[in-house]
Amino acid sequence: MPATPLLVIEGLCKSFFGVQVLFDVGLTLRPGEVLALVGENGSGKSTTMNILGGVHRPDRGRMTIDGTDYAPRGPRDAEARGIAFIHQELNLFRNLTIEENLFIGGFPRLARWLPLIDRRRVREHAAALLAAIDLDLAPNTPVSRLSQGERQLVEIAKALGGDARIVIFDEPTTSLTDRETQRLFAQIERLRDKGIGVIYISHILGDVMRLCDRVTVLRDGHVVGDAARADLTVDRLITLMVGRTIDQIYPPRAPAIRPGPPALEVRGLSQRGMVESLDFTVAQGEVVGVAGLMGAGRSEMARILFGLDPFERGTILVDGRPLERVTPLTAMDRGMAFLTEDRRAEGLLMEASIADNIALPSLPRFAAGVARLLERTRLGDAVERTGRDVQVNATDFAATLAKNLSGGNQQKVVIGKWLLRAPRLFILDEPTRGIDVGAKYEVYKIINQLAAAGTGVLMISSEIEELIGMCDRILVMAHGEIRAEIERAAFDREAILRAAMWDSVRHGAAA
Amino acid sequence: MSADPHRLRLLLLQNAPLLLFLVLLGTFALLSERFLTPGNFVNIMAQAAHIAIIAIGMTFVLLVAGIDLSVGANMYASCIVVALYMKGMHPLAGFAVAGGLGLLFGAVNAFLVVVLRVPAFIATLATLFIGRAWALYLSGVKMVPFGKELLLLGRSSWLGVPVAIWIFLLVFAIAWTVLNQTTFGRQVYAVGADPEAAKKAGIAVPRVLFAVYCICGLCAGIGGLVSATQVAAAASTFGFQKEFPVIAAAVLGGTSLFGGRGGVVGTVFGAVLIQTVENGLVMTNADPYVYPLIISAIIFIAVLVDSQRTGMLERLERRKIRPEPG
Repeated sequence: MPATPLLVIEGLCKSFFGVQVLFDVGLTLRPGEVLALVGENGSGKSTTMNILGGVHRPDRGRMTIDGTDYAPRGPRDAEARGIAFIHQELNLFRNLTIEENLFIGGFPRLARWLPLIDRRRVREHAAALLAAIDLDLAPNTPVSRLSQGERQLVEIAKALGGDARIVIFDEPTTSLTDRETQRLFAQIERLRDKGIGVIYISHILGDVMRLCDRVTVLRDGHVVGDAARADLTVDRLITLMVGRTIDQIYPPRAPAIRPGPPALEVRGLSQRGMVESLDFTVAQGEVVGVAGLMGAGRSEMARILFGLDPFERGTILVDGRPLERVTPLTAMDRGMAFLTEDRRAEGLLMEASIADNIALPSLPRFAAGVARLLERTRLGDAVERTGRDVQVNATDFAATLAKNLSGGNQQKVVIGKWLLRAPRLFILDEPTRGIDVGAKYEVYKIINQLAAAGTGVLMISSEIEELIGMCDRILVMAHGEIRAEIERAAFDREAILRAAMWDSVRHGAAA
Repeated sequence: MSADPHRLRLLLLQNAPLLLFLVLLGTFALLSERFLTPGNFVNIMAQAAHIAIIAIGMTFVLLVAGIDLSVGANMYASCIVVALYMKGMHPLAGFAVAGGLGLLFGAVNAFLVVVLRVPAFIATLATLFIGRAWALYLSGVKMVPFGKELLLLGRSSWLGVPVAIWIFLLVFAIAWTVLNQTTFGRQVYAVGADPEAAKKAGIAVPRVLFAVYCICGLCAGIGGLVSATQVAAAASTFGFQKEFPVIAAAVLGGTSLFGGRGGVVGTVFGAVLIQTVENGLVMTNADPYVYPLIISAIIFIAVLVDSQRTGMLERLERRKIRPEPG
């Protein structure tokens, strides 16, 4: 298709807090083309799209639309130039109807001087837009009644109503049924036929191979491949995405040669719409990794195990004894600890001191006498010792507030507060997310020490490298199921990624 | 999906105030034969008018998940000016002044909340005290009689319906049209549901927020003067603690304190419900000290229902990661 490019991105560079995440990223989108953007978590897809959408500004680089310069200063500029985003988290108002959502930025009026909504014209326009996407629903249906797939189609209708020329889909099919996915694809093909440029971001490589004309592959902020679909296979794509090995150093540790008795056993754990028939064991002194793509159900599983979310079927056994009622309190009583993936919102009291944060979950154990008054000295000593153990970098733990610490030190505080309880089983959800390399190394060391002391560790991470470097065994999740269980001797990046993309391989084989 | 037990419970929860209303009507009707008469109904409506008008303004604020605690003080501050300086003027001029001052009061709230980003609860709590103190200062803490023109207006009626009810109906019709038939009105709902998404959808969120506090202030001024036509003078307790029945009326009518859900029809219903209870208690010769207990019990039920419903809606709308069969 030798048409003039609709969108050209060249030499995009971007750093966050001194860490460069994009290196000379470039891509070209032609009218009437579906371009796939693929890459692992953290490869720079979102940053690139956020720059395109005017959310972030690039450090260097240039973008043009129809050959004219495009330097958005905000999302509204992007919209004005005909760029429409369809996010994974949809931007619809559930308390309004379909037609109201389509026109919420400005309804047609009965007359120029009369600021009343022309309901008849709204109805007609909305009906036309819905017909254009084959959505057989009354325009005055409340959005709260629509399925996820129908909402996605309404977003497309909205993009069409705004005369979008470039439509960006971010992981649109993760929560859709097969039939809804088919329908979405038919609509995307229609957009293409109208000469609209589509950027399609997805982990589901089977979909990518079925739908897209061209694929651009990102890895660690670099473009590592850009080819027509005909020149690609799913295997080739995975190899491109995986590529090299990071020269990440992991602290040496003696693997759990003779695993102890199980610290955690999970039998047939299921919750509708979340996880399905989870079965696995974490032995004492063993580090078990959980790999998977975003939205594979890893954090959901962790929340269920710690009693934060309910489950319908299955048993959770800690040290061989089943947990009767699973709540965070009972889980903690049995020696479970949980480091959440969102440490700012869930893991720390940002306005409290380091000492108070570390002490919080252990307070009952430092209360004495009939009045259960806190033994300040004993508590203070223990907190101080723990803080030093995890090497929190601060001179006065009682005076320094958590919010003033770096990400790495914050994470050490969270780990410290659980260490003070001497956990039997430690669930870590993305323990090294957003912290620098040095702090990562220290977190790894703490995990190794824990394992050496007999604690079972369940470690969720989106960095496969990290799991390979740290774990005795890796579970791979996809769509809320465990798709593979791999022993240390058989660790292989490609095998893990393949299992994580289980769906795409199945689709790819069918195509 | 309609057979879902959650949905059924939701339906019950949503209509709980209506059920409550019917039960109360029945009880009072049994206890007093004077209760269920047309004359008494007009009486209830006329007494409820000023609360309903102010609650309509409050509905706008609640819809964006805000709150305005200063409406009672606003009533007093706006009306004391009319009582002190507008004697002998046409009642219409009185309404223009009270409404204008109310609007100004609302604009101060809006400035604090939207521009200075003071939490609405704190900002309007502050203006509650400031407004009342200012009005007390103006009046010299004395009872100030309203002009007789206002009182005459209060006693007159048109087509057998007291003027207070007509004013209320006019405010209601305008408010309903603005909320349902203008872009601004629909954007109020959008902002209340999800301010972040509203911003992304190109809605001028600060402008919408500013406007709703102004509207609430305007309604407080007008509602205050409607009340003034029914009482002879502005005592130092004029409008005192009115924020309570006003917010309660909106919440009883199904407007969520969490924003995005509700409307003025329900609010009017809530205001009438509260007045009905008071009227019924009078009719049945209940101990006056019991009134606040019963009224607050009803309001407690309404707020309880609201939070239950919100939790249930959240559960119904949780994101799934595995597509369900079928």
